[in-house]
Amino acid sequence: MRDAIADLVRDGDTVAIEGFTHLISFAAGHEIIRQGRRDLTLARMTPDLIYDQMIAAGVARKLIFSWLGNPGVGGLGAIRRRVENADPAPLELEEYSHFGMVARYTAGAANLPFFPLRSYFETDLPAANPLIREIESPYGDGKVYAVPPLKPDVTIVHAQRADAAGNTQVWGLLGCQKEAAFAAERLIVVVEELVDEAVVRADPNRTIIPGLIVDAVVVEPFGAHPSYVQGAYDRDNRFYLDWDAITRDEASIQAWLREWVYDLDGRAAYVEKLGAERIASLTPGPAPSGSVDYGRYG
Amino acid sequence: MNDVAFSKSEMMIVAAARELAGQHVCFVGVGLPNIAVNLAQRTVAPDLELVYEAGVFGARPARLPLSIGDPTIVTGSTAVTSMFELFAFYLQGGLVDVGFLGAAQIDRFGNINTTVIGDYTHPKTRLPGSGGACEIAINARQVFVIMRQSQRSFVEKIDFRTSAGNLGGAAQSERIRREGGWIGRGPSVVVTDLGIWHFGDDGEMRLDSLHPGATVDDVRGSVGWEPRISSAIKATPAPTADELRLIREELDPGGAYTA
Repeated sequence: MRDAIADLVRDGDTVAIEGFTHLISFAAGHEIIRQGRRDLTLARMTPDLIYDQMIAAGVARKLIFSWLGNPGVGGLGAIRRRVENADPAPLELEEYSHFGMVARYTAGAANLPFFPLRSYFETDLPAANPLIREIESPYGDGKVYAVPPLKPDVTIVHAQRADAAGNTQVWGLLGCQKEAAFAAERLIVVVEELVDEAVVRADPNRTIIPGLIVDAVVVEPFGAHPSYVQGAYDRDNRFYLDWDAITRDEASIQAWLREWVYDLDGRAAYVEKLGAERIASLTPGPAPSGSVDYGRYG
Repeated sequence: MNDVAFSKSEMMIVAAARELAGQHVCFVGVGLPNIAVNLAQRTVAPDLELVYEAGVFGARPARLPLSIGDPTIVTGSTAVTSMFELFAFYLQGGLVDVGFLGAAQIDRFGNINTTVIGDYTHPKTRLPGSGGACEIAINARQVFVIMRQSQRSFVEKIDFRTSAGNLGGAAQSERIRREGGWIGRGPSVVVTDLGIWHFGDDGEMRLDSLHPGATVDDVRGSVGWEPRISSAIKATPAPTADELRLIREELDPGGAYTA
């Protein structure tokens, strides 16, 4: 992870750590904090705790998003203090809806100048963000809204597994991982498990990202904690609840960052500090899929 | 009969769930809608297809999802889709009967704010923003809202219009929706901790049912305009023992939604 972030994430970059509740690469976010990146534009549909932590650590000057909060719990204090009070510094916002963000990544991935959608009508969002623009259908059947492509300098996604070439497989919620990955200039994939190429080839429908577009594969078990990985570990809801108190106060966030990010040298140390009991408590029961027969031809 | 004591929040969730009787495909919003639709699936609407914006159609959650991206919405569901497919094909494609939303502020015509309190660029309170709400309000055939009512939430003028309701009234809303080719017809019900509101022919909300223990004066005192009260106002039936058991023992034993 240290090498991947050092090589591929630069000051001033637009960085997208995607994953909709599921598969959020906290490990990559923490490494970016440790390496002291500055002036990043952070893009993510749901900034979640990881961006609250990164913004508290001072890595970002701007946020591109569609829903800002601690899902199912409450608010994100570090981000709110910067937005409401410019404390300790202003934070520029560029705000969309969920479909708008998905459409932006889709346009970025597909090399399109914009993406049209039936959203935003009669709302204040286009006034708040002038990049959301009304356009006339070229076929004379009315107006739609357009959003511009989003092409992150770096996208980072977490996944269940990949092979050494970066062919990456995911199950469970897919979010906009694929779109954000294809839209990126540089792509880091972080996985729970490295598998043989034969494992990927035995089930190609599950591949969402081909190694062709991957710049680095990082193996980081438990790297999405406190978010979750379908089939591997559950969301650590206790941490999401704890964060509600931690984030209310700048000093408590900084103390948390010291203890859980700066004073640790990587995810393995974080997992050790978390403890086997906590990890065991997050393990789900089994629910295997049935298998399918792809057939052998020739 | 039921003589178990219940809270205002429990009454609100039960009343919202009952409104889903007869509905088929429901897009589940963040927060209170999540528990209301899961109660509905266990009571009045066992065949309700739950659509979660995270990319799930036909969820059968074994526990109350902790958030709308919980792994329990995946296991045992009918389909997991990318979010692009979910928003483009299922929602914008017109397959959603009810979009179920929460709100921080609502006005008499059902327009919703979940973005900011105060000025957008210098907000007093920064709220989460749209998420999927603004496109749900446009593309779901009808919108249900569940929220607690107060002078702060039921306001004469919302600070930011995140999601379109009946705009400035039914005449304007119907014209704009027709001319713009919107699938959505707009809000049809607002369930609060005090009662149930539907929308009149002019697009303004009207209190049609009062929850047990709530009075018309309570309602007037918690609305930022002179509210319209139905002349044939009903009394919302109290939660049944079974509804309360489902909430307390199965859906929300920790009291996250009902405390």
